[in-house]
Amino acid sequence: MKKQGFTFEKLKIASFDFTCCEGCQLQLTNKESTLTDFFELLDIRTFREISSEKYDDYDIALIEGSISRQDEVERLTTIRSQAKTLIAFGTCACFGGVNSLKNKFPLKEVVAEVYPDMPVETLLVRKVSDVVKVDLSIHGCPVNKEEVERILVNLVTGSQVSLPKYPVCVECKELLNTCLFELGEICLGPITRAGCNAVCTTGKTPCLGCRGPSEEINMPAFLELIKERKLSQNDFQEKITFYNAFEAFTSYEA
Amino acid sequence: MIYKIISKAEFKKFIDALVRDNTSFGPRRVDTDCRGEKVYQFLQVASFNDIAFDYTATASSAKHFFLPFCEELSRFVFHDQDWDQHITYETNPIVLIGLRACDISAINILDDVLLNGNFPSPYYLGKRKNTFVIGMDHLPLPDCFCKSMNHHTVQTGFNIFCSDIGEEYYLAVNSSKAFNFLKEFNTRDPLDEDNCRLVARRKLISNSFLSEVDVTGLPSILDIEFDSPVWEKWGNKCLNCGTCAMVCPTCYCYAVEESFETNLKGATRQKRLYSCNLVNFAEVAGGHNFRPKNGDRLKYRYYHQHRGFAENDNQQICVGCNRCGRACLTKINPKDVINDLRMEKESCMICASPSPDRT
Repeated sequence: MKKQGFTFEKLKIASFDFTCCEGCQLQLTNKESTLTDFFELLDIRTFREISSEKYDDYDIALIEGSISRQDEVERLTTIRSQAKTLIAFGTCACFGGVNSLKNKFPLKEVVAEVYPDMPVETLLVRKVSDVVKVDLSIHGCPVNKEEVERILVNLVTGSQVSLPKYPVCVECKELLNTCLFELGEICLGPITRAGCNAVCTTGKTPCLGCRGPSEEINMPAFLELIKERKLSQNDFQEKITFYNAFEAFTSYEA
Repeated sequence: MIYKIISKAEFKKFIDALVRDNTSFGPRRVDTDCRGEKVYQFLQVASFNDIAFDYTATASSAKHFFLPFCEELSRFVFHDQDWDQHITYETNPIVLIGLRACDISAINILDDVLLNGNFPSPYYLGKRKNTFVIGMDHLPLPDCFCKSMNHHTVQTGFNIFCSDIGEEYYLAVNSSKAFNFLKEFNTRDPLDEDNCRLVARRKLISNSFLSEVDVTGLPSILDIEFDSPVWEKWGNKCLNCGTCAMVCPTCYCYAVEESFETNLKGATRQKRLYSCNLVNFAEVAGGHNFRPKNGDRLKYRYYHQHRGFAENDNQQICVGCNRCGRACLTKINPKDVINDLRMEKESCMICASPSPDRT
């Protein structure tokens, strides 16, 4: 692609799913208005949701899902050795995601509950960076296609890739939403990375933190807020552990 | 200024006509909070009845009608070896109904920053000149401190300002556009007793303030208290969420970002309102952050609001609406922070004993 004296190479990209719902990959085919332009930037080598063709030569690997079986570990390690850039794609890949709820119970019980009378090999759920080196994380359950598009355009053009460092509150206030704390809810918006355009809170659903912590969150002040407003500790624990995205902060007892 | 009296029934006709023919915004109730208080915002209205004329204060200010939270500054189109830049300042005229005196004062302050300086903003000018502002007086909320900032009345910056004098409104008409439009409706010149009713109304408003913040000499107190532990104390409460600046009627700081279009045939330059409390507000190229601590960032918000402009332009840019104080989840508010700073100095015991050695 030759633009304004520069030649841009298409991204040789492959998309892989692990333990997940494949919803994040599906987002790649969303946003129809720019879909053809978007695919024009990419040389898709493997992406089973849109093509049965498979090639092993790729530079960028999008990894969707968490890692919960030994064969997934081996497959991921192979992909890592092939890819120049490995992107953790979506909340499950970045933090473990909803799948991590499994880790709260003994593995035996979990298997017996879901697959009774069937031998199933399973491991504790891990995020991608627990297994291989991750070069870039794109957060969200699901990822925001607009953000994915912006990041991939930056990769094509060699521009700096940046994610918002501030929390969801900024975007929520731009939309003139009433703060959900003022409506008596616990919302993780004040400690969660923005970029989602406050989609849940605009629909009056409290933020569950799918994009993980914003930078330099003030957890003691946030816990004090929950205490001071006499909000439910159980509700808080359920929300903060929902996506396993606040693992580093859950040692705090409110 | 021309003064007129209009009956409330006629005022309804006036507003209905205005709203029917123009894109209009006014206070509307959007929620009731968990304490049973009604929540209002400036939203689009289609008739008089859409407007909550009995509203108290909106949760967010009217700033974004002049300074959108996100705004495209320019668009670039690439050719083979060259590019064109396209800039649009045009904007559709709007009517803003129901702004409080402090809200209008805030716009006047934005005028000083964005129009009256060395580099006037054409983006702002386009919106400011195309907005018809109707102000309404009101009885202060318990935490309003605009009187302390001398912004509980306003003399300029609006087209019409309405004072509630019972069955009628006392109108201050401040533009020929407003004057000509009002000719279509029944108004009369004020009589002596109307003037008395206006004075009584103003007195009532002025005497209804429950919150007071002593801002005399505040700029120099802020200078003296640069290293005060008060900043760390309040900074420890700060969630770095930026809410205070988002709802503030005068916070205008912003970030600029340029991005390619997906087809790589062009690019856009976007402006986004930012907050000095956000963690990377003072982060520069290479990653160094000049204000990595909560307390430092909070301090600079107060410095911008209460010191910087007072030194340069003889006015603080806070108008005392207390939207930031109401919106802050951890109860950081100008009244308590400023009083804390004053207490810190006034109860200081250093002068009673010899000054400590400079380090």
